[in-house]
Amino acid sequence: MATPDPHTAKLLKRRYRAERRFKALCIGALSFAVAFLVLFFADIISKGYPAFQQTKIQTEVTYSERSVELPLAAVGEDVRYLVSRGFLRQIPDQVERDPDLMGRTVTRWVTADTDVDQYLKGKHSKLSEEDEQIVDRLAEEGRAELAFNWSLFTAGDSTMPEMAGIRSAVVGTLFTLLVTMLVSFPVGVMTAVYLEEFAPDNRLTRAIEVNINNLAAVPSILYGLLGLAVFINFFGVPRSSALAGGLTLALMTLPIIIISTRAALRSVPDSIREGAFGVGASRLQMVAHHVLPLSLPGILTGSIIGLAQAMGETAPLLIVGMMAFIPASPDGVMDAATVLPAQIFSWASRPERAFAELTAAGIIVLLVVLLTLNAAAVLLRKRFERRW
Amino acid sequence: MTSGQAALLFFGGLFPLMALAYMLGRRRVLAQEATAPLHSRPGFYGWYAVVWLALPALVVALGATLLQLLGLASPPAPMTLTASLLVAAGGLALALRTLRPSLRARNIVEGVARWLLLAASLVSILTTLGIVLSILFEAIRFFQTVSIWEFLTGTTWSPDTAFLGGAGREGGESAQFGSVPLFAGTFMITAIAMVVALPVGLLSAIYMSEYAPKRVRAAAKPTLEVLAGIPTVVYGFFAAITVSPLVVQLAGYVGLDASHSNALAPGVVMGVMIIPFVSSLSDDVISAIPHSLREGSFALGATTSETIKQVLLPAALPGVIAAFILAASRALGETMIVVMAAGLRPNLTANPLEDMTTVTVRIVDALTGDQEFDSPQTLSAFGLGLMLFIVTLVLNMISMYVVRRFHEKYD
Repeated sequence: MATPDPHTAKLLKRRYRAERRFKALCIGALSFAVAFLVLFFADIISKGYPAFQQTKIQTEVTYSERSVELPLAAVGEDVRYLVSRGFLRQIPDQVERDPDLMGRTVTRWVTADTDVDQYLKGKHSKLSEEDEQIVDRLAEEGRAELAFNWSLFTAGDSTMPEMAGIRSAVVGTLFTLLVTMLVSFPVGVMTAVYLEEFAPDNRLTRAIEVNINNLAAVPSILYGLLGLAVFINFFGVPRSSALAGGLTLALMTLPIIIISTRAALRSVPDSIREGAFGVGASRLQMVAHHVLPLSLPGILTGSIIGLAQAMGETAPLLIVGMMAFIPASPDGVMDAATVLPAQIFSWASRPERAFAELTAAGIIVLLVVLLTLNAAAVLLRKRFERRW
Repeated sequence: MTSGQAALLFFGGLFPLMALAYMLGRRRVLAQEATAPLHSRPGFYGWYAVVWLALPALVVALGATLLQLLGLASPPAPMTLTASLLVAAGGLALALRTLRPSLRARNIVEGVARWLLLAASLVSILTTLGIVLSILFEAIRFFQTVSIWEFLTGTTWSPDTAFLGGAGREGGESAQFGSVPLFAGTFMITAIAMVVALPVGLLSAIYMSEYAPKRVRAAAKPTLEVLAGIPTVVYGFFAAITVSPLVVQLAGYVGLDASHSNALAPGVVMGVMIIPFVSSLSDDVISAIPHSLREGSFALGATTSETIKQVLLPAALPGVIAAFILAASRALGETMIVVMAAGLRPNLTANPLEDMTTVTVRIVDALTGDQEFDSPQTLSAFGLGLMLFIVTLVLNMISMYVVRRFHEKYD
């Protein structure tokens, strides 16, 4: 091989350097995105995991006439201001539910006040020095400790962070998604079947197609304005209800379901259709007996992804009023309800530090559910993917 | 009985009745099978009965609902319910009487099914119409009190004084609805987002399609897609709680003064949110370029990066531009991140470290307050929504046009 002249060699070197530079730039871009993701998860998890634990204090609870009237008197004087006022408020209820308790003294683990909780978790708290000493003593005696925060999952929203949980938001989410699914899935699949298998190529069909593509790109908050003006103000659906939110989300999810269903239908080869026609099936039979069953995994994958997206959506739900303070779980789709993302949003705007923890914990729960749904969709696709 | 309960009873009753009708129709025709051969499969006769049962009932129920909504008449719910069920029973009786083996049940049922499918696909048109009309009507009411010209060119947005004025408090200045600072804030945050998303998304896509070994690509693609699956409220929390203080701190190191609700934090986070969008669209475009183009370039002695810069990118440009425009329209309409991390104060400035507000923030603010629905403050949300709709629609149209106009034909 001939040695290149110095000029060419220099040029070549420069070109190779440019090559390496460009490749590094590309890797850098990808690493930036991945680094953000890592930082993001680390940040959310470190902020949220303390909320999965909650300080409990072991103390004697006295159920008596006096403590029903003045719940503060139910617990010993030393811990009186350390246990959660939310727990004390429940004492009359507890007696009412279980009259046998009356006149007895029970040793129980009681939810601590949020300041005690923050102090034991080593964060800044508003406890007086005296109280801090008491808490230290209790902790040493094993009468105050961090336990798994079950009430995070069993309680509804509360103004006291130690009593607040996601239960009512989870129930609201289920109702809302149920409405979304019942409306958007059949309508979406029917639309896709019509466009893909039945529609003649005319103006109306093309209008519907352009429309669906446009709808997919309409900002979600505008669906909120639609829901407010049409469902709530015109049709009189109750504000903040799962029905209003679910219908709004259904219209938003519709384009996603239609587009993915069409792709699934299109992936079924024409030979199947011709085979069905060949044995005398009508068009409807061909679709119902052959094409739809074969494309079902693809349709389900798209629908799961669409529903997962609807589940994380907040903006349109704020507009239709689903940010209300809902301590008790809704009983039906007409009741005022809130959803998990809206709950996260309303917790995020509360000033107490403990609510930031709860917000991050709610986010962890939401992300786990969403990532599971997405993973399920991917698995479903992998499992049933078919090459024709 | 509320209309909700009536609706529940109606649908709760309709489905068992439909099952019953199916069985009756099917059995009736099978009993007659001996007299003549069936035209259709027996199930179609069942469906024929179902159609005769359900369609009249639905028509009556929908008609009554419509009458009530339009305020023409308000039949009590129990009456509507009874009437629709009676009609259903009548329809079923009629269907059973007309059932004969020679009836072309399949053709009738399939005709109805086809109409149903068409009706379903009209829902998307109705949705668009609903969005346009509902926003337009309320916006018109808004523009009756505020001139469009002032709305489009005014540089002061202070709707709150309208509320005070409405409450009978004198002395405050009249409300001003100049949307320029809102749109300036929106475009500023969108621009920051695009500065992040475009290079990162595009270069990631290039790396994944041109450089990466198969295994890296198989891992990197779903990882990027996780970014797209994170709800915006979560990004908003992250931007407000983690990124904003970081920006303030970093600005402090270099001696700059950053507001706590600066525009940079939501912009950057929004950019990250859009990365998978840009990268997957660019990836599609780049991998659609045929291999012969790359091979031709390599054969001339070009390096990979030269091939990318001088062959692939020019070929992919229309698609990339379309992706870029779509991403920008998504950023313009993004709500939760800016609601949580950007400010509420309309601020006409070019400094991304200052706080500024966006169109979507003001929409949410106007509709989550305690104002009555008819106040100009509340209606302003629809004026802003209309503008947002028009801007994003135009961007989508441009993007579709670019794709169609510059679509490369390689063969």
